[in-house]
Amino acid sequence: MAEVEETLKQLQSQKGMQGIILVNTEGIPLKSTTDDPTTTQYANLMHNFILKAQSTMREIDPQNDITFLRIRSKKNEIMVAPDKDYFLIVIQNPTE
Amino acid sequence: MEIVYVYLKKRSEFGKQCNFSDRQAELNIDIPPNPELAEQFVERSPVDTGIQCSATMSEHEANTERFEMETRGVNHVEGGWPKDVNPMELEQTIRFRKKVEKDENYINAIMQLGSIMEHCIKQNNAIDIYQKYFTEEEEVEVTDEAPSAKTINVFRDPQDIKRSATHLSWHPDGNRKLAIAYSCLNFQRAPMGMSSDSYIWDLENPNKPELTLKPPSPLITLEYNPKDSHVLLGGCYNGQIAWWDIRKGSLVAELSTIEFSHRDPVYGTIWLQSKTGTECFSASTDGQVMWWDIRKISEPTEIVVLDITRKEHLESALGAISLEFESTLPTKFMVGTEQGIVISCNRKAKTAAEKIVCTFSGHHGPIYALQRNPFYPKNFLTVGDWTARIWSEDSRESSIMWTKYHMAYLTDGAWSPVRPAVFFTTKMDGTLDIWDFVFKQCDPALSLKVCDEALFCLRVQDNGCFIACGSQLGTATLLELNNLASMLQLSDPNIQPSMFERETHREKILEARHREMRLKEKGKAEGKDEEEELSTDLEALVGVAEEEFLDVIFTEMKRREAEAMRKQP
Repeated sequence: MAEVEETLKQLQSQKGMQGIILVNTEGIPLKSTTDDPTTTQYANLMHNFILKAQSTMREIDPQNDITFLRIRSKKNEIMVAPDKDYFLIVIQNPTE
Repeated sequence: MEIVYVYLKKRSEFGKQCNFSDRQAELNIDIPPNPELAEQFVERSPVDTGIQCSATMSEHEANTERFEMETRGVNHVEGGWPKDVNPMELEQTIRFRKKVEKDENYINAIMQLGSIMEHCIKQNNAIDIYQKYFTEEEEVEVTDEAPSAKTINVFRDPQDIKRSATHLSWHPDGNRKLAIAYSCLNFQRAPMGMSSDSYIWDLENPNKPELTLKPPSPLITLEYNPKDSHVLLGGCYNGQIAWWDIRKGSLVAELSTIEFSHRDPVYGTIWLQSKTGTECFSASTDGQVMWWDIRKISEPTEIVVLDITRKEHLESALGAISLEFESTLPTKFMVGTEQGIVISCNRKAKTAAEKIVCTFSGHHGPIYALQRNPFYPKNFLTVGDWTARIWSEDSRESSIMWTKYHMAYLTDGAWSPVRPAVFFTTKMDGTLDIWDFVFKQCDPALSLKVCDEALFCLRVQDNGCFIACGSQLGTATLLELNNLASMLQLSDPNIQPSMFERETHREKILEARHREMRLKEKGKAEGKDEEEELSTDLEALVGVAEEEFLDVIFTEMKRREAEAMRKQP
């Protein structure tokens, strides 16, 4: 338990971090550093996106799978680390 | 006609069981045919009937009941919660969350994900991985393909007795037409019955020439007038000059008189840049260069004898094989001779002796082609014997650059009009070489075997893409060059002039050295009496040199000792 907290705190302390959300495979946000409405919004939207990306990857090549997902936008970058049961979504504003 | 048959049944018999019985057939009505009715009709013969043998199909329509559809979006605010958990109730959600956190898999998963994520976050913080690099630089088109050329069309001499194609000229505008001069250049070996016609071909139609030009004697050179594309100038085998106007037809418009023309075949004819557009000049192996005005072509306006001793002796004149004139330098022209010497002449000189400015010698045989570089007029290309040479006007003793000696005689050469460092040469074994000395100096950049017989002449089109070459059997081949050979490369403008200058400089140094050596030789030859003095001088010189040498060594040694002593304490 403590390690989880510690890991998340470490991530949060990095430069440019805007938010961390931990979602399970059903889309339920388990942990979040942002406020509720943002959390739910990101959790739901990203959940669909991630599942779509995964299914696309598997359709192209059944032996292949997504290891990491990065969406770079004008204002920030959303990074997703997928796992068997959970997704870790991080929003960062990279300093140039 | 109404036929009525009444069936009667008694009411009491309704519902009665049917009892069928047999009886004979009864004739109810008999209507015989009435032939008179036939006259109201006309027999139809023949009868048109459409017959089709295909599967018979029927068409049905069906209409289903209308199905109502509507487009709607679904807004998922919260989802995925298991059934027993109500997303609204905070307590339940918290409980659910806590339960998940207890799962041991959860911890491991988070640790792992955390480390991956951290790596990427740090990456992002370190540099901007999406930064666009090299935006300032222009997109340089890098093509990996080597220069190449492919044959587009072949124009064959329609005559049975084959003559060689000795000269080609592109049409001045549009370059859709090609004028080719045919003749037999072997001395007095023209076969009987050889036609003296030359042709103008349209590039689209290689089967038949567009126009035939009929001179009195076979044409060796043929040139379009760059100002007026209907006028062509031709130099004949018998030394006459002729000009045609295409609008008038295929016969000669005007011919120069034999008495005043050249005495030998006319090897070079070029139009001059004049306001009237009617001036031209010609050169021949009889050693004369004549200027003409085609309005009065019976007599040349001016004659220059190519006698390099400047005495105007026709007997000692050199025969001219090629002629060169650049419109940007209108007073100068150059002549390439049979003896391998290039003579540079000045048109505006007052006396005939001054006409010949200087000579460049270096070839062992006739100079078949002579052309100034269109971008750097001080340098010119000559093609003759087995090499092609590039000269600079400044260095008179030798060429600044030359190719190696080939196996076959070189017959013609030309610069590329678009790329300053590229030139083309043709050889007696039927190959066309493309040289790019910015790219490679010892070998041609591209060597193409165009045909099996010898190639005699070559002409590049003004846009640099097309080359036409004529062969010994009269076939002219049209080649197209790809980009690399025909488009201006970015590196050219810087490298090329520096190359030329470097080579010119080198030649100048060599020239100076040669001059010195010659002077020394002269000095030695004159001073044979002073040999003894020279020898004593030599000994004295040697003695002095020895002393100096020893002095230097001693000073050096002393210096080293002093240094060593300084270093010790």
